[in-house]
Amino acid sequence: MIFKNFSKSFYSLLNLNFSLLKFSRLNLTLILLALFFCIPVVIVCGSLFFPAKDIWTHLIDTVLTDYIFNSLALLIGVGFFSLLLGVIPAWLVTMYQFPMSRYLEWAILLPMSMPAYIIAYSYTGTFDAAGPVQTMMRELTGWEYNDYWFPEVRSLGGAIAMLSLVLYPYVYLLARASFIEQSICVLEVSRTLGCSAMDAFRRVALPLARPAIIVGLSLVLMETLADYGTVQYFGVSAFTTGIFRTWFGMDNSLVAAQLSAILLLFVVVFLYLERRSRKQLAFHHTSNRYSPLLKQKLKSSSAFFAFVICFAPLLFGFILPASFLGEWAISTYSEALDIDFYILLLNSLSLAFITALLALVIALFLGYMNRNSHLFINRFLVRFISLGYAIPGTVIAVGVLIPFAWFDNRLDEFLTLHFNFSSGLLISGTLFILIFAYLVRFLAVSINTVEAALEKIKPEMDEVAKTAGMSHVNIMRRIHIPIMRGSLLTALLLVFVDVLKELPATLILRPFNFNTLAVRTFELANEERLAEAAVPALAIVIAGIIPVIMISNSISRSRPGYE
Amino acid sequence: MKKTLTIIIFLIFQQLPNAAEVNVYSARKETLIKPLLDQFTRDTGIEANLVTGKADTFIKRLEIEGKNTPADILLTVDAARLVRAKEKGLFQEVISDVLNKVIPNYFRDIDNHWFGLSFRSRVIVFAPDRVNKGELIDYLDLANSKWKGRICVRSSSNIYNQSLVASMIAHHGINKIEIWASRLVENFARPSKGGDRDQIKAVAIGVCDIALVNNYYLAGMLESSQEYETYAAKKVKLFWPDQNGHGAHVNISGAGVTKYAKNKEEAIQLLEYLVTDKAQQWYSDINYEYAVNPEIKNTAILGKWGVFKYDDLNLSLLGRYNRDAVLLMDRVGWK
Repeated sequence: MIFKNFSKSFYSLLNLNFSLLKFSRLNLTLILLALFFCIPVVIVCGSLFFPAKDIWTHLIDTVLTDYIFNSLALLIGVGFFSLLLGVIPAWLVTMYQFPMSRYLEWAILLPMSMPAYIIAYSYTGTFDAAGPVQTMMRELTGWEYNDYWFPEVRSLGGAIAMLSLVLYPYVYLLARASFIEQSICVLEVSRTLGCSAMDAFRRVALPLARPAIIVGLSLVLMETLADYGTVQYFGVSAFTTGIFRTWFGMDNSLVAAQLSAILLLFVVVFLYLERRSRKQLAFHHTSNRYSPLLKQKLKSSSAFFAFVICFAPLLFGFILPASFLGEWAISTYSEALDIDFYILLLNSLSLAFITALLALVIALFLGYMNRNSHLFINRFLVRFISLGYAIPGTVIAVGVLIPFAWFDNRLDEFLTLHFNFSSGLLISGTLFILIFAYLVRFLAVSINTVEAALEKIKPEMDEVAKTAGMSHVNIMRRIHIPIMRGSLLTALLLVFVDVLKELPATLILRPFNFNTLAVRTFELANEERLAEAAVPALAIVIAGIIPVIMISNSISRSRPGYE
Repeated sequence: MKKTLTIIIFLIFQQLPNAAEVNVYSARKETLIKPLLDQFTRDTGIEANLVTGKADTFIKRLEIEGKNTPADILLTVDAARLVRAKEKGLFQEVISDVLNKVIPNYFRDIDNHWFGLSFRSRVIVFAPDRVNKGELIDYLDLANSKWKGRICVRSSSNIYNQSLVASMIAHHGINKIEIWASRLVENFARPSKGGDRDQIKAVAIGVCDIALVNNYYLAGMLESSQEYETYAAKKVKLFWPDQNGHGAHVNISGAGVTKYAKNKEEAIQLLEYLVTDKAQQWYSDINYEYAVNPEIKNTAILGKWGVFKYDDLNLSLLGRYNRDAVLLMDRVGWK
């Protein structure tokens, strides 16, 4: 019943699509909804209006250059490798057939289920100077530590490698979806016109896929900026290190927030530059006619190379780290798998599921809001909400806590004054506020995915359907949903996996006696008890695999003409 | 009208009559506090609710939550954070004969706002095949050029290092310590990374010859079920620094009752429980820390390391000089 009502109101929302009302009450409601999710980001940015000169002088004199240099190096490095590891395999599995290509198609996504801090722990535990690999090397050769060179895992380069290995799937995911969508015509025509396969890729497919790839890349870069776990563990002084050092070490949360706000500036400038450069080049599909994609069969050496290129990221981003974890887990699982463990698992899964669902619904509301009206404020708000993805979870958590605790305290005052009744902190200590924080942080993911899907539905389709006498409900059901289904599922599952991995906001905002797999993993790993941390870590990875495979399948099926 | 509203609001917010309970914000990890809380509940019938996290974010949370905070107790693993919480007015005075009797006065706040529950020392571990025990003296000596390229220590973002440097500032003044720290950094074998156990492993395999670590990490590795940890731990030895001077630097894990605690009685009961012989022995046995109660017999491995002289510097000073320590370490390039 409730669902029926809900869907009714949702359909009526779509009416707006066809009305000329520019600023209806509904639109106002949506703007308010959007504003609600902007609050934490506004609080972070608001910090910029408070001066804190002496700390800034200290930072500029001492460590700020380091922070900026390292963060930029991380961005450039992770950006470059994510593109490399994401785009090329996406093209290969879409266009060619080679050994295992059917399996690699989805398996390449698996590293996505691996939280960055966990891959960092597992590589360090194995390849560090004191780890089993180097120890065995020394035993076999009789060398001492100083007698040989071995790449240092815990370094700037190591951090770039770790983050690239778990983040490239975002690029792969979006690039592949875009390649699949491209009408085969453009590609075939380009071949007929004498383009080599390489040219077709470079001059036709890539420019067409660019907007999608950029969306993936910006998600990667924002995650990189917000990462704290990996850089802190690797001793790389990046911007986030600075944020927490200023906050905790110097007891100055104001400057910490200011540093986060500056981090956002990085992102805004990047997004702006990208948009501007894209405006000058306009690419459009020439035809919407699709025919089943005929994959070219690769032979001998080229097949082998294609296989290696696609298998390598999977090997280093998933198979190796997961097997390191597996080996540790063997020695500890019997103690770790108690009743508590299943409660953790249940907590993690239900939080992830609820948040993913809410994020999808909100993203749909906001997406339609943007589609229906071209008011600047709408577009601005949606972009603004997306910034949450670039803010470290801890900072978001405080940005969420401040307004809610304020509200709770005012409510309590009011009730105490007028009714002699104390409500205490009504919302602040509950799961509600934690889920809200997740939404602020991850709405960017679902909004981006939903918007991309909505762009595929041309307004003319609606017009034609309306002329043909279809009701709004029918348009939604028979045109919009079928076109968007794959993307909606992707949006749902991306957030699901992200929440499963999330640590810092969970650590701060969860209620009493409530833990998740990520919290348990962190507590053990932070005490350098890696073997014991392996079981919950592996559980996060395994719980993330299923949705990742589902995402991939839904994309394969999303292509018109798929059989 | 108002009466009806009152009833309605009361019905909405009505909570079941609570059994006795106490709510704990703990910077101590779940595995090292939950068993004690469970035992407390079994012994007293008081429900103990726990949320774990980082001391600094709990302090921020208490500030934001204000007088309606649900927390009754804040538990941290460092004196500097207890001092900070006190300075921000987040604790209240607790008058308890039990606490005052069991805990030596240098392990608790002068105004009875916070109480040490266990303590640990920041010690030097060394590789006996490369370091002559006679070479080791105290913390100040680590700036000596004879240690060039031989020292491992974790990041200065870590509170244990901040508190060590704060104690040095308290003893020797900031100018002297700034010079000391810049020379110390020059002696590092590698840029700071990893945790304390990492530094011990680094000494074991020859990355460096000595390292600064909290003593319970070494004990934990010696008793570990993982062979690679015991293997590394057995290759190093422990040295108590500064035995002819101020004594080895020590720090506490401790707790205070929050200013707006709703369950103050239960909170005090819990603190008193944490200094009972049973709980104190548990700290020694499970986490290889020293009991604040001098009567408690140390667990075997701590006993083997023997009695040592520890620095009885007023722990409030660790809080007072914390910020200076961080700024100083930024200036000398201790990452």
